[in-house]
Amino acid sequence: MYGNDFPAGDAPGGGLLDEVEAAEAALREAAERGRRGATAGEDLAAYFAEVIDADQKIEPRDWMPEAYRKTLIRQIAQHAHSEIIGMQPEGNWISRAPSLKRKAILLAKVQDEAGHGLYLYAAAETLGVSRDELVDLLLSGRQKYSSIFNYPTLTWADVGAIGWLVDGAAIVNQVPLCRCSYGPYARAMIRVCKEESFHQRQGYEILHTLAHGTPAQKAMAQDAVDRWWYPSLAMFGPPDSDSTHSAQSMAWKIKRFSNDELRQRFVDMCVQQAEVLGLTIPDPALRWNDERQAYDYTQPDYDELMRVIKGEGPCNRQRMEHRRRAHAEGAWVREAAAAYAAKQRNKEKVAA
Amino acid sequence: MSTEHTPLWEVFVRARRGLSHTHVGSLHAPDAELALRNARDLYTRRQEGVSIWVVPASAITASSPDEKDAFFDPAADKVYRHPTFYEVPDGVAHL
Repeated sequence: MYGNDFPAGDAPGGGLLDEVEAAEAALREAAERGRRGATAGEDLAAYFAEVIDADQKIEPRDWMPEAYRKTLIRQIAQHAHSEIIGMQPEGNWISRAPSLKRKAILLAKVQDEAGHGLYLYAAAETLGVSRDELVDLLLSGRQKYSSIFNYPTLTWADVGAIGWLVDGAAIVNQVPLCRCSYGPYARAMIRVCKEESFHQRQGYEILHTLAHGTPAQKAMAQDAVDRWWYPSLAMFGPPDSDSTHSAQSMAWKIKRFSNDELRQRFVDMCVQQAEVLGLTIPDPALRWNDERQAYDYTQPDYDELMRVIKGEGPCNRQRMEHRRRAHAEGAWVREAAAAYAAKQRNKEKVAA
Repeated sequence: MSTEHTPLWEVFVRARRGLSHTHVGSLHAPDAELALRNARDLYTRRQEGVSIWVVPASAITASSPDEKDAFFDPAADKVYRHPTFYEVPDGVAHL
C-alpha cells in the first residue's frame, strides 16, 4: 500500500514483479503438465534428473543427491541468516525516521525481513535440518550471511540507498530463484520477491524526496549512493571466473544465471533510475557499450568483499554480538511460552 | 529455542470466502494458540487470508513419494471412470 507512489510502468522493479508472476504461472503450469510414463521405479537418480530436465519441482520427500540437499541447505540457510541480520542496519533508523509515516513504513519493512527469514528457515527445514541447528550455525559463525549487512547506516539517506540498491540487487538475484528446482524454496522466493518490490520502491522514494529537497538533503542522498554502490555490486558474488559453486548449481537449476550476468543486469537497470533521481552513480568509467548493448562499468573491489566475508568488514562484530545478545535475552520468552504450553497440556491430561 | 518445546506447525490459509484452505508453509510455536497468532503475523501481513488452520506437523501422515506410483496405480487402468472414455453417437445433444 506504500509502494504506489510511482506509476507502475516506469517504477523500479515493475518489470521484475511481472517476472515473479510469470515464474508463479510457470510453476503451476509445470505442475499440471504430467510427465508421461514417469515412474520413480528403481532408478531414483534417473527419476531425479528427469524431473529437473522437465523443469518440474523436487519436493521434500523425493529422493535427491546428497550434494543437492547440502547445497540447498547451505544456500537457503545463508539466505535466511541474511534476512535476519539484515534487520539491523535499518532497525538502527526506526526510532529516528523523520516522520510517523516513514517510521510506520520502516517498521513494516523490518518486520517483512523477519518474515522472509522465517519463510526461508521453514524451507530449509524441509531438507531435514532443524531450526536449532540453523540458529546455532549462524550464532557460532559457521555459516555466513550476506556481506552487505556489515556496512554501517550512517544517515537517513542510507535507508533509501539500501532500499533502492541493496534490495534492488537482492531482487535481481532472487527473481530467478522463483524458478529454482526445489519446490519449497521456489515458493518461498515468490512470496519474498513480491514483498521485496515494496522495499525497493520505498527506498527509491526516500532518495527521490531527498534528491529533490534542499542542497544539503541532495548531498546526503548522493553520499549514500556513493557509499552503497560498490558494496551492492559485490552482492552478486565473485566474478564468474572465481565462483566455486556455480556450474553444479546451474546444472541442478538451483541457479539460473551467472554472477556476472546478474550484476550486468543490475547495472543496466540502475543507470536510468539514477537519472530520474538526479543522482550520479560513482563510476567515471560507466558508459553505454553499443556493441554489447549493455553498460561498461567498474568492477567492485573483490578483495574487500573477501575481507568482509571473512569477518573484517566495518560492522561484522557488532552485527553478530547484537544477534547473540538478542537471542540470549529472548530466552526467557521462549521458556515462558514453553512452560505455559506444558502447563496447559498437563491440565488437559488431568481433565481427561 | 529447543525444538521439543516449540514443535513445527503446518499452516493453511483460506485466501477468500469460497476457496479452500491452501498450505502456505510452516512455523514453530509452543502451542496452538501461539501458532495461530504467529501464522497471522507471518503469512497474512497483507490480507492474504480470511481464515487460518494450524496443524502439528507430527500429526500429518503422508504417503511416501517414492512409492507413489505403486500406491496410486489402481486408479491408472480405470479409464472408464472418465467421461471421455465413452463414444457419443452423432446427433445426441445434452449428454
